[in-house]
Amino acid sequence: MPTTASTALPLKDVTASDSTLRRYLHGLPGVDAVGLEARAASLGTRSIKTTAKAYAIDLAISMVDLTTLEGADTAGKVRSLGAKAVRPDPTDRTAPATAAVCVYPDMVAVAKEAVAGSTVKVASVATAFPAGRAALAVKLADVRDAVAAGADEIDMVIDRGAFLAGNYLKVYEEIVAVKEACGASARLKVIFETGELSTYDNIRRASWLGMIAGADFIKTSTGKVAVNATPANTLLMLEAVRDFRAQTGIQVGVKPAGGIRTTKDAVKFLVLVNETAGEDWLDNHWFRFGASSLLNDLLMQRQKLATGRYSGPDYVTVD
Amino acid sequence: MASASVSAFTSAFEYAPAPESRSVVDIAPSYGLFIDGEFVEAADGRVFKTVSPSTEEVLSEVAQAGEADVERAVKAARKAFEKWSALPGSERAKYLFRIARIIQERSRELAVLETLDNGKPIKETRDADLPLVAAHFFYYAGWADKLGHAGFGANPRPLGVAGQVIPWNFPLLMLAWKIAPALATGNTVVLKPAETTPLSALFFADICRQAGLPKGVVNILPGYGDTGAALVAHPDVNKVAFTGSTAVGKAIARTVAGTRKKVTLELGGKGANIVFDDAPIDQAVEGIVTGIFFNQGQVCCAGSRLLVQESIQDELLDSLKRRLSTLRLGDPLDKNTDIGAINSAEQLSRITSLVEAGEAEGAERWSPACELPSAGYWFAPTLFTNVTQAHTIARDEIFGPVLSVLTFRTPDEAVAKANNTQYGLSAGIWTEKGSRILAVANKLRAGVVWSNTFNKFDPTSPFGGYKESGFGREGGRHGLEAYLDV
Repeated sequence: MPTTASTALPLKDVTASDSTLRRYLHGLPGVDAVGLEARAASLGTRSIKTTAKAYAIDLAISMVDLTTLEGADTAGKVRSLGAKAVRPDPTDRTAPATAAVCVYPDMVAVAKEAVAGSTVKVASVATAFPAGRAALAVKLADVRDAVAAGADEIDMVIDRGAFLAGNYLKVYEEIVAVKEACGASARLKVIFETGELSTYDNIRRASWLGMIAGADFIKTSTGKVAVNATPANTLLMLEAVRDFRAQTGIQVGVKPAGGIRTTKDAVKFLVLVNETAGEDWLDNHWFRFGASSLLNDLLMQRQKLATGRYSGPDYVTVD
Repeated sequence: MASASVSAFTSAFEYAPAPESRSVVDIAPSYGLFIDGEFVEAADGRVFKTVSPSTEEVLSEVAQAGEADVERAVKAARKAFEKWSALPGSERAKYLFRIARIIQERSRELAVLETLDNGKPIKETRDADLPLVAAHFFYYAGWADKLGHAGFGANPRPLGVAGQVIPWNFPLLMLAWKIAPALATGNTVVLKPAETTPLSALFFADICRQAGLPKGVVNILPGYGDTGAALVAHPDVNKVAFTGSTAVGKAIARTVAGTRKKVTLELGGKGANIVFDDAPIDQAVEGIVTGIFFNQGQVCCAGSRLLVQESIQDELLDSLKRRLSTLRLGDPLDKNTDIGAINSAEQLSRITSLVEAGEAEGAERWSPACELPSAGYWFAPTLFTNVTQAHTIARDEIFGPVLSVLTFRTPDEAVAKANNTQYGLSAGIWTEKGSRILAVANKLRAGVVWSNTFNKFDPTSPFGGYKESGFGREGGRHGLEAYLDV
C-alpha cells in the first residue's frame, strides 16, 4: 500500500532517473504546429448565440480567476477586487461569482477576508513568481507562507531554465516538493510560461511533466511575457489532460492565462474545451481563465443580452 | 425547411444554428443552355430538374443539351477561337483577371448556391471552394502573357476547341480547373457540368457575360452522360478534358483513340493515408478526418484507406472515434456543419451497397451516434476496421464518408500496401521524421503525396494520377501543357 506522496504519483517508474524521464517525455507524440493551429482556428468559427451564448458567458464568469499581480498592489486594491469577485455586477445579482481572486502571497490574508463567506477561492502566485529564479527553499517558504495565510490554490511557475536545459527531473522534483508544501488544503496550478518554452513539443512535454508530478491544474503562462495563452497552446494542453486521464484515471484542470480580454475570445476557449477535453471540463473546478480585464467585457455582453442594449464601460465597475 | 440542424452534441453547451441566408442567391425557375453568349433552349426542348440533396427540394429546371446543341456550341466555339486565339496574351489575361475579381465579389452568392445544389457544407464552399476558384483564374491569368516562358517553346499555340466534362463533387472548382488554363492558352471551351449540379456553371456563364467575354469563347451545356459522350465524340473538338469516374474515363479513352484529339483524364482514387508510429497523433487524426470526411468523402483524392502502424493502432483508433463523435452532421447551410448531404440518391445507394459488401466480407463497421435528417440524402461518417487488402472496401472507390482501416508493421509493408491498388491519385504520410517522409514519398506511386497534412490544394501545384487514376496534369505550369500544341 502506497504510503508516501511520491509512490502515489502516477507513472512513478518514469521518474526513476533523469534519463528515464527524458526518454518518456521525448517519446510522447510530436506536435505538428501547422495542423494544431489550423484546428484551433477552425474551432474558433463555431457559432455561439442566444441561449448558448448566455450559458457560455455565465460559465466563463464563473471560471475567471480575477487577478491583480502588480508591484503596486495595496490592501485596498485587493479588497475591492475581492468584492468584485463575489458580486461582479452590482446592478444584477444573478451574475455568478468568479472562481477565485489571484494575488501575491503577501495579499492572501487580505483577499481571504474580502471574499469570506462566499464561494470565491483565493489563489496565490507563490514560488518567486513570475521568474521563478530563486532557491527551492525560498520558493517553498513562499508557498508555505501563502498556504498558512489561507490560500486555497497555489499558482507555481516552473524553472524554465532547468526545463530548457533538459533537467526535467529537477523541474519534476520542484513540483513534487511544492505540491507537498501545498498540503491537503491547497490545489496546485503549475505554470509553464509557454511563451518561453517556445515549441509545441516542449509545451506537451511540460504538461505531462507537471501532471506526473501531481499538478491539479496546468496553466499556460504568467501574463508577464509577450506570448501568453493562445487557442493553440490551450488546445494542446487540453489534449494532454484528456490523454492523461485516459491513461491514469486522474483528471487535471487547465488554465489559460494572459491576453484573453474579450467575451468572443473566452467563448472560443470554451469551444476548445467542449470539443477537445469534453464537457467534464466545462466547470470551474476544471477550467479557469487567468484574467484581469476579461470580466468586464463578459459583464457588458451579459448586460447586452439581458437588455438588448450595449451600455458601455461606465456601467461596470473598474475593479 | 424539412431539415433541422442535427448534431451529435447533447451537452448543455449547444451551439446555436447559424444558417447562411438563402436570400443572397436568386435562383431562376428555369435555365437555358449557354451557347454563343446567349441562354437558349435545347433544340429538342428537353429539360431536367436539379434538386437540393439536403432537402430534395427542386431548385430549378434546366435545359438538357442534345446532339444538335453540341453541334451548335462547338460551331460557336470554333468561330470564336479565330479571334480569341489571335488576341495578345495580355488581353486574354484582362478577361481572366476580370472573371476572377467578379468571382470574388460574388463569392458569398456562389458559395450558398453551390451548397444548395451540391449538399456540401457552407464552410467548405465558402472557405475552400470559392477562394480556390478565384485563385485558379488569377493564377492562369498570370500565365496568359508568359506562355513563351513556360518551357514549351518560344511560341506555343492553342489547340482549338476544348470539350470539357466535369463532375458533381466540386462543380465550380472543377470548372475553374478546366476553363482557366484553357482560356489563358487561347482555346475556346464547351463545358458540360454534371446533371446533379448544373447551377454554378450557369451562374458562371452569367459571370462571363458580366466580364464582357467575347461570345462563343465559353459555352455551357448541361446534360447527362449522353451529352458528354456527344461532346467528346464531336469531330471538331481538339481537346478533351474529363474529371469523373474511371469507367467513363475508359469509355472516353476508347472514343478518342485513333483521333488527333489531345486528352487528359482525372479519374478515381483510393488514396492511402499512412500513419507511422512516430506521427503527431492529434494532428494525424485531424488529417484523417480531412482526408476522408471533407466533402462527405466525395473526393477523388480522398484518403479512403488508412494505413496505420500496428503499434499505435489502438491509440489512434480511440482518438479517431472520439473525434468522429464531435463531427456535426446536418443542414449544410449552417456554418457549424461539418458533414453535409450526399450528392444524389444514386450516389447514396452506391455507398450503401459498398458498405454492405464491407460488412458481408467481415470488416467491422462503426459510426458515431448520429441522427440523420428525415429528408434528403444522408450517410453517417463510417469507419471500417479489420480490413485487409482482399476486402472490396479496400479496393473499390466508395466516394462517400467511409474509411477503411488497414495496418502495417514496417515502412516497406506500408509502401507495398499503399501501391497495391489500381489507382494512384493521392497518398499521405504522417511522421515526425523528415527523412522518412522523403524516402516513403519517393516510393509511392501517386500523383500527389501530402506529408503531415491532407487534401490541400493550390493552383500552382500540378494534380493528376497514375494508373487508373488517369493521365495528364491540371494546375501549375504543367496544367498549361494539356492545352498547348507542344
